[in-house]
Amino acid sequence: MEEFAALIDALVYTRSRNEKLRLIAEYLRATPDPDRGWALAALADGLDFPAVKSSTIRNLLKDRVDPVLWTLSRDFVGDTAETASLLWPSPDREPDPPSVSESVDLLSAMNRKSVVAELPRLLDRLDAAGRYALLKLATGGMRIGVSSRLAKTAFAQAFAVSVDEVEEYWHGLEPPYTALFDWAAKGQPPPDIDNLPTFRPFMLAHPLEETVVDLGDYAAEWKWDGIRVQIVHAGGETRIYSRSGDDISSTFPELLDVLPFPAVLDGELLVRGSTQGGEEGGAASFNALQQRLGRKTVSKKMLRESPAFVRLYDVLLLDGEDQRERPWTDRRTTLEKLMGRLPDSHFDISRVVEARDFDHLAQIREGSRDDAIEGLMLKRKDSPYIAGRRVGYWYKWKRDPLLVDCVLMYAQRGSGKRSSFFSDYTFGCWDGDPDQGADLLPVGKAYSGFTDEELKKIDRHVRQNTVNRFGPVRETERKLVFEVAFDSVHASKRHKSGLAMRFPRIHRIRWDKPPHEADRIEALRALIRD
Amino acid sequence: MSAAPFSWIKPEPWGIHVVPADCWVDPSRAVDKALVTHGHADHARGGHGQTVATPETLAIMELRYRTGAEDDAGEIPHQAVPVEYGETIRLPGGVDATYIPAGHVLGSAQILLEHAGERVIVTGDYKRRADPTCPAFEVTPCDIFITEATFGLPVFCHPPIAEEMAKLLDRLAAHPDRCVLVGAYALGKAQRVIAELRAAGHRQPIYLHGAMEKMCRLYEEHGVDLGELRLVADHSKEDMRGHVVVCPPSALNDRWSRRLPEPITAMASGWMRVRQRARQRNVELPLVISDHADWGELTRTIEEVDAQENWITHGREDALLRWCQLHQRRARALALVGYEDEDD
Repeated sequence: MEEFAALIDALVYTRSRNEKLRLIAEYLRATPDPDRGWALAALADGLDFPAVKSSTIRNLLKDRVDPVLWTLSRDFVGDTAETASLLWPSPDREPDPPSVSESVDLLSAMNRKSVVAELPRLLDRLDAAGRYALLKLATGGMRIGVSSRLAKTAFAQAFAVSVDEVEEYWHGLEPPYTALFDWAAKGQPPPDIDNLPTFRPFMLAHPLEETVVDLGDYAAEWKWDGIRVQIVHAGGETRIYSRSGDDISSTFPELLDVLPFPAVLDGELLVRGSTQGGEEGGAASFNALQQRLGRKTVSKKMLRESPAFVRLYDVLLLDGEDQRERPWTDRRTTLEKLMGRLPDSHFDISRVVEARDFDHLAQIREGSRDDAIEGLMLKRKDSPYIAGRRVGYWYKWKRDPLLVDCVLMYAQRGSGKRSSFFSDYTFGCWDGDPDQGADLLPVGKAYSGFTDEELKKIDRHVRQNTVNRFGPVRETERKLVFEVAFDSVHASKRHKSGLAMRFPRIHRIRWDKPPHEADRIEALRALIRD
Repeated sequence: MSAAPFSWIKPEPWGIHVVPADCWVDPSRAVDKALVTHGHADHARGGHGQTVATPETLAIMELRYRTGAEDDAGEIPHQAVPVEYGETIRLPGGVDATYIPAGHVLGSAQILLEHAGERVIVTGDYKRRADPTCPAFEVTPCDIFITEATFGLPVFCHPPIAEEMAKLLDRLAAHPDRCVLVGAYALGKAQRVIAELRAAGHRQPIYLHGAMEKMCRLYEEHGVDLGELRLVADHSKEDMRGHVVVCPPSALNDRWSRRLPEPITAMASGWMRVRQRARQRNVELPLVISDHADWGELTRTIEEVDAQENWITHGREDALLRWCQLHQRRARALALVGYEDEDD
């Protein structure tokens, strides 16, 4: 655990990507199995121990530290694991640090009852840096500036193998990835994943921004506003994966017996519903789809009222043949032919948008009013299917966002990189004429869209204009106007304002604008389309 | 008829008003008469009619406000009244003020105010750790103890400074082709880090950012030995390989640092205890060194001083208030503006 703790600390304080790669690679080469496999898993995806959650740690600490002092500390530090590692009373005796795999074994063996005694015993064996590393490992999500991709790249670098190959095998294996180390570090044959329904990394798109493309070289498709999924059938089993590679099969049981042959398909998961946009083939808005996300059980009523289907974009594997090296045009032909083998109750194909030229396409984009459309995709006709985001192949060209002027009402401290800065904002619109005494109604929250410099300025504004404190939340004087950008707005019974914005972010900070000139709630209501 | 207890001392948002003497302790706006605890800009501003402070603090203020090296506009104190440590001066209205070492930086003092048999101490900033650049904090009995709370959260525990120096020197030794660039507050922290490096046996020349030079000289004139100091501006990249360079925190990620040989960015600050704070400042080598009391020192000091009442100023008052409540000590928070020593 000392070596792992030292690695974590070094990574926290290292800015350079190359240096991070070097540090991880060095650790992976120097550390024995299975410690290094667990460490790699923790860095890349985070480990999951059902009995050890942030709340477990909170409760342990509240038995040892005054709860108010705990809350104030956690609020300032912005990270439960770090706060706990700092506040944990140091034991009198010498540390007796467990290895990474011993820690993993002990953590896995804990249940909700035993954790109360076992986790403290483990923490008492470590110093502050070790406690931090252990708690980070135990609760997943390291938040130390290492992405999953970076960890895999470091692995590839450590053993001089291709990162694309690592990605390919990764999702068919489980921590501590012994087969992966056997192959890369010990020269054994690669893991066999052909008959496993594993996730393959998605090909992603760059924003188009100022680029203009020649429609001779690029095909256009709608960018659907659902969730990007990969539906995989192999070894007699179907699975559905989200963009991050999470298995979401159980959320959409109606899709698990409709793909009867071995394939890996890329598409957009959408639902049908009463509020469908109509003109492009009956997909409901994202708002309707959202009702079905994150549920452990799906009711019959829900299956009946909002049935899911997949609008297909691409084909990666078919009947045991890898399609990814072939140009997009050829894969598209294969996909079109494939549609005959799939039930149209659960699949359709994302149609190609025809345009005379780029300007014409721009007009089509402006004119599209279907609720389930987020914008356009541009795909180079000769592009292979490559994991990740490669310049020049695929572009996304979202519809311009909607804008509204809101007033800052509440602020909360952020986490991770933004710990101790007030970086989460709740803002409101006027419920009538502010000059006639109308009040603000909260309409949304945003955490992004500003630079680090702007964040510092807003943070200072919040500190200097606090009128009320509710635990970690500060109520501010209502005087700062944000121009908020958002993709769409929907009716919502869960919010006091009766509406919910989709993907709101701070577009501009209007230090100059008097708050009574911010928008009224009617202006937002007029933008609801469902 | 006697007035209500302690009605002669009034905290206002811009400073603590000593009513019978009509003077202010560490006011954040210009006043006719100011009692100043120490030379940091948020306590010692320019433009007062009269400033009462230790000779060292007056020298620091004169240096800063005459040269303008650190601060924006400000004037030389109109009338400087020096008070030595342990000396008591009589103010109008029957108020006595005694300056007592606070252990924060050169010249820093707690001010003991006595009136009608009542004793109030304003600590300014302080710490309890040994510091080769200034005399140690003295625990002094009083009725009201007005304490700072910059690091008033139980997560703050400054490690022994020798450990932090060892970290710095180890890193330096591991990278003989590079330099370690230490961001340190120009008044106090920088000189303490240099003095502690000397105490740890580091005899090599230490390179300074130009903004630090005059304050270092002032410390030397007051008897603090800082060893051989050189200016970055007078030297080449080659000269600085394998050496320590000290600069103000604002210069750490500035273009200025490009003239240095692949600097390892370090920062000496109590905030470095929190990893994400160090990350926010792009610090590669966090050195947890502070001239403020940490949580343990704050609570221990409140216990040792054992005042009837504790008034808590700038910093994380909430947590220290809570601690006082848990330990049956009377306390209140003062809302003083202008103290936000985030660089410490």
